[in-house]
Amino acid sequence: MRPRSMMAISVAAMAALCMAVLLPGSTTAVVEKRFITHSGAVISTTGEVLDPLYTASTVEFDPDEYLRNFEYGRVSQEDGQTIREYTIIARDDQVQEISPGVFYNVWTYNGTVPGPTIRATEGDIVRIQFINQGSKQHTMHFHGIHPAEMDGVFEIVGPDGGQFTYEFEAGPVGVHPYHCHVMPLEEHIVHGLYGVFIVDPAGGRPAADEMVMVLNGFDTDFDGENNFYAANTVPFYYQHHPIRIQQDELVRVYAVNMVEFDPINNFHLHGNLYYYYPTGTDTVPSHYTDMVTLSQTERGILEFSYSYPGQYVFHAHKVEFSEKGWVGTFLVDGPS
Amino acid sequence: MTPRVIAAGLVPLVLVAGLVAFITGPGGITAGIDPLPDITIERVDFVDSEVRVVVRNTGPVPVDIVQGDINDRIQPSAVEPDGHLERFETAVLRIPYAWNEAEPYAIGVTVHDGTRFERVVEAAAPAVPVDLEQAGLLALAGTYMGVIPVFIGLAWLPFIRRLNQKSISFFLALTAGLLLFIGVDSAEEALGVSAENLAGSMNGALLVLASAGCAFLALQYVSGRLASTGALGSGSAMGAALMVSVGIGLHNFGEGLALGAAIGLGSAAFSVYLLAGFAMHNTTEGIAIASPLAGRSRVARRLVMLGIVAGFPAVLGAWAGGFAYSPISSVVFLAVGSGAAFQVAVTVARWVARGPGGMTSLHVCGGLAAGLLIMYMTSIVL
Repeated sequence: MRPRSMMAISVAAMAALCMAVLLPGSTTAVVEKRFITHSGAVISTTGEVLDPLYTASTVEFDPDEYLRNFEYGRVSQEDGQTIREYTIIARDDQVQEISPGVFYNVWTYNGTVPGPTIRATEGDIVRIQFINQGSKQHTMHFHGIHPAEMDGVFEIVGPDGGQFTYEFEAGPVGVHPYHCHVMPLEEHIVHGLYGVFIVDPAGGRPAADEMVMVLNGFDTDFDGENNFYAANTVPFYYQHHPIRIQQDELVRVYAVNMVEFDPINNFHLHGNLYYYYPTGTDTVPSHYTDMVTLSQTERGILEFSYSYPGQYVFHAHKVEFSEKGWVGTFLVDGPS
Repeated sequence: MTPRVIAAGLVPLVLVAGLVAFITGPGGITAGIDPLPDITIERVDFVDSEVRVVVRNTGPVPVDIVQGDINDRIQPSAVEPDGHLERFETAVLRIPYAWNEAEPYAIGVTVHDGTRFERVVEAAAPAVPVDLEQAGLLALAGTYMGVIPVFIGLAWLPFIRRLNQKSISFFLALTAGLLLFIGVDSAEEALGVSAENLAGSMNGALLVLASAGCAFLALQYVSGRLASTGALGSGSAMGAALMVSVGIGLHNFGEGLALGAAIGLGSAAFSVYLLAGFAMHNTTEGIAIASPLAGRSRVARRLVMLGIVAGFPAVLGAWAGGFAYSPISSVVFLAVGSGAAFQVAVTVARWVARGPGGMTSLHVCGGLAAGLLIMYMTSIVL
């Protein structure tokens, strides 16, 4: 090979490289789709839209159904006392699509996160047949007043069919969490073993449109920080599926903060203020506000009614949480 | 080769394929082991109210891109052409976002198992427009960095010509020293880029070794052909100078990539620093080309060609780095530059070994040492 031909080859190689670098790749015609950003801009794409828009059929857990669902148990009477019996089955092998496309191993009471909302009247006997179908030890630990052996801490229930019957008198009046209390505790809680326990005062509370909101989060990559936050598990769900309420009708929200890792959470309501009853244990509200701060398992009852129709946002004013899913809207229907 | 010979050669291949299938197949010892997905965020561009992210699946299993975020805040976004990525496939994640210039951003990409991957951009800057003006700017930068300094270095030729044989050996040895330094420098840069940007599954260090090795062997073959086809003797000085030019050209392509990428990322201060540093550095490369030609006359026209072969790749590199930066190609080109520099160092050392005093004389050892020291000094001045 002569130097001159070497030079020619070098120059040709450079030219080829130059073409490869500067020429754009080929494109094919594709159908355009559109989506709307958080600030309202409409964007077109030829690819896939990644936006947490869901319908109930695309999520395995239906936040609309959970919102107003209360489990009163199998009711019977013994010695003049109302007995409410429940069967709760714990599992730890489910993989749930907790946000579109995101699959996470949830640990569940009766197949959902949160578990069923257990509701009784003060003084009722609550009797729960607990069956552990999981591969790890689990328990049910209720916040409230009960004998030591019903606390679900030292009475570990073994895996693969272990059983325990929790029985206690419901009390005090209020809204309480229940959750697994097996160590490592944080792991059992963040995987989803929690739910809400409501104790009504004898004679009940004033009639209202009642709903439950568990403020929770998911650390899907196990780095000790939540990747998602939500009211009732599915991020952004009530933003895209507004909760419909009536103008001037009393709304009562039983809110329970089950977020781990982050020391606080909070609840901010737009276009309105609410009466806040911490833990729901008193009949007199402690605050008339649009903002309460909640630590781990801190909870309370929010009561409000809207004077004007329209759509109102509610969200964590720890805005990081709302931008990761803990945001929703009320759609207030005017008088027809 | 007869079919029987070919068949005999294929038997072990078939057997090892069967073994792999047995190990990884259903019922094999790896059944039930789920490898973890892994992706690499290769490139982040800030365009009008949008952040564009190039994502590559660099893990052992297919992944689905399911979510984008900015500073850990979820944003409705789009992935083109689609979110399902087979191994080594790429997609562009488009995150509409009203970003602010010069602010740092953490760009997050979440895959189907909930794992979030992040890349931090120190200061957002508008993406480089792909147009003639930008191409001109990059070409100018590449010219300042590569072409002009090499020609300045070539201007030492009349000086080198007036030297005696010993002094010429000194300068040739100095050239070999320069090239050794360039080889190590390029390899270090390639390893750095791979450690910072490539996923573990890409085996960055081995990619550097393989690319550098192949470049070394390719040049080795070409220089062998040059020697055996009668280019030896009268033509050998020009052959050696050309080899040096090609090696330096490949190296300058890698430097151009770094410069273009710095300009592309809007890092103005860093690119000025790179430009000045490389320009000083590259002047010494002119000596390396000129030294083998010390005994030859009437080389002006060829000298221009040699200078272009050595310097112009810096312009190509600047274009590639500015318009189509990808960490993998950067690592490969930097490693190729390294292998080429080593090979040319060997070629020059052989040339020196045939001169007076062989490889062990004071002027040769001194020349090598001087080459290393000069490169080191020029690399730290700026």
